[in-house]
Amino acid sequence: MSLTSSTIGRKVAMALSGLFLVVFLTQHFTINFISVFSAKTFNEISHFMGNNPLVQFVLQPILIFGVVFHFTMGFVLEIQNRKSRAVQYVKYKGSANASWVSRNMIWSGAVVLSFLGLHFYDFWFPEMNYKYIEVLPLDPARYYEEMTHKFHDFLRVGLYIISFIFLALHLNHGFASSFQSVGVNNKYSSSIKKFAIAFSVIIPVGFIFIALFHHINSL
Amino acid sequence: MNLTLKVWRQANAKAKGNMENYSIADISPDMSFLEMMDVLNEQLIGQGIDPIAFDHDCREGICGMCSMFINGEAHGPDRLVTTCQLHMRKFKDGDTITIEPFRALAFPVIKDLTVDRSAFDRVQQAGGFVSVNTSGNTQDANAIPIAKHDADKAFDAAACIGCGACVASCKNASAMLFVSAKVSQYALLPQGKVEATDRVMNMVKQMDEEGFGNCTNTGACEVECPKGISLENIARMNREYLFASLKG
Ligand code: HEM
Ligand code: SF4
Ligand code: FES
Repeated sequence: MSLTSSTIGRKVAMALSGLFLVVFLTQHFTINFISVFSAKTFNEISHFMGNNPLVQFVLQPILIFGVVFHFTMGFVLEIQNRKSRAVQYVKYKGSANASWVSRNMIWSGAVVLSFLGLHFYDFWFPEMNYKYIEVLPLDPARYYEEMTHKFHDFLRVGLYIISFIFLALHLNHGFASSFQSVGVNNKYSSSIKKFAIAFSVIIPVGFIFIALFHHINSL
Repeated sequence: MNLTLKVWRQANAKAKGNMENYSIADISPDMSFLEMMDVLNEQLIGQGIDPIAFDHDCREGICGMCSMFINGEAHGPDRLVTTCQLHMRKFKDGDTITIEPFRALAFPVIKDLTVDRSAFDRVQQAGGFVSVNTSGNTQDANAIPIAKHDADKAFDAAACIGCGACVASCKNASAMLFVSAKVSQYALLPQGKVEATDRVMNMVKQMDEEGFGNCTNTGACEVECPKGISLENIARMNREYLFASLKG
């Protein structure tokens, strides 16, 4: 099978990369959430993640590949799907038979993508600069401070909140949908769906909570 | 009932086409949608206007010929029915009804509301069959016991009438529901197992070549399907496809 040429192959690739991002998101959330309780532990984990060669040179490139693959394939499919109906309907009642979130994955995805741009600008680029360009001295205690500093600006916190709402919408359809894509539709599906929907609410709400928590603390 | 109809008119496959407005009076709520179209066509012929071409055959919901995208939905607002089974009582006096052909790159318009759905035939020809030796010693199908559960599921899938409402409704013009019904109907039965690998590979390949879109699991097809074909079939087709590709 070709994961990148046939319709089903692409669908499966979309689902697998999406599921991979869900796993990453869970891990990212867990670490961020720790910052609410303990600056010290947060610093320790961040230092580990930032300097462990396995994380830096194996997991990080895989993650970046996963993200780029996911949204590139998303755009490729969107273009292909639009071409499949060359002449549009005069009247098309999409809401009659499908949810808004399922019909607008490309838009929720696009918002998440712009957020990733901002997020990279906020954290990843400074981090790369610190470690690999300017090669500043190791400071295992700087992470908490750097992070809370960013959340002082309410404009940034606002943008984060909007992005997380769109992430919730994206996952609200995407997470459960990826099981169907890889062929899982059985007696467990309704439980999987419940779990996926709970996840799509809890994780983004949790991220919003963390952002607000540090914002309020910084006032 | 008095109605205003906005109908897609297109002289032939190459013509540009546009929406035309027609008024129609004294429609009985007990008429089927196609009967209403018949009345409209009588009226148009009387006025010296070319009648509206639309597909139909059995007029009892079994052939899949009647198409039409009515008020933004395939086969109109009712559920689990084809256009021939749709009744005018689903509309109100004074309504404006928009009537368009099924739209998909793979379903080109022939004239007005008729579209060419032979892409489905080609997908079917690519693998929607079982090869049986008919030289005289063919085994009686009933001699092979099949679990009730599997037989029921295969039968449910086989209920697909190839109408194309799934494609017409899908925002991506994807044919996955149709193709998965055809794949499932055989995949579930022992007779279909022999050619299972080639079947799914060839049918999906043909589906892609015809220019149908990709599934994004919106579920619109399942809602609009007159025969209630389930999304479960798409998951089954995806599994069949994955296993078939791993086998090579
Ligand atoms: C952390 C970020 C993200 C996560 C966790 C995520 C997760 C998912 C999941 C689980 C799916 C379902 C796949 C399926 O139904 O088979 C999906 C689909 C999709 N994603 Fe994302 N995604 C993320 C970011 C993005 C971005 C940045 C874009 C960029 C445009 C995007 C665009 C899409 C599109 C177009 C689909 C296909 C819709 C569909 O098949 O229903 N995603 N995503
Ligand atoms: S799956 Fe349903 S909507 Fe699609 S062709 Fe078959 S009967 Fe028609
Ligand atoms: S005319 Fe046969 S299904 Fe409607």
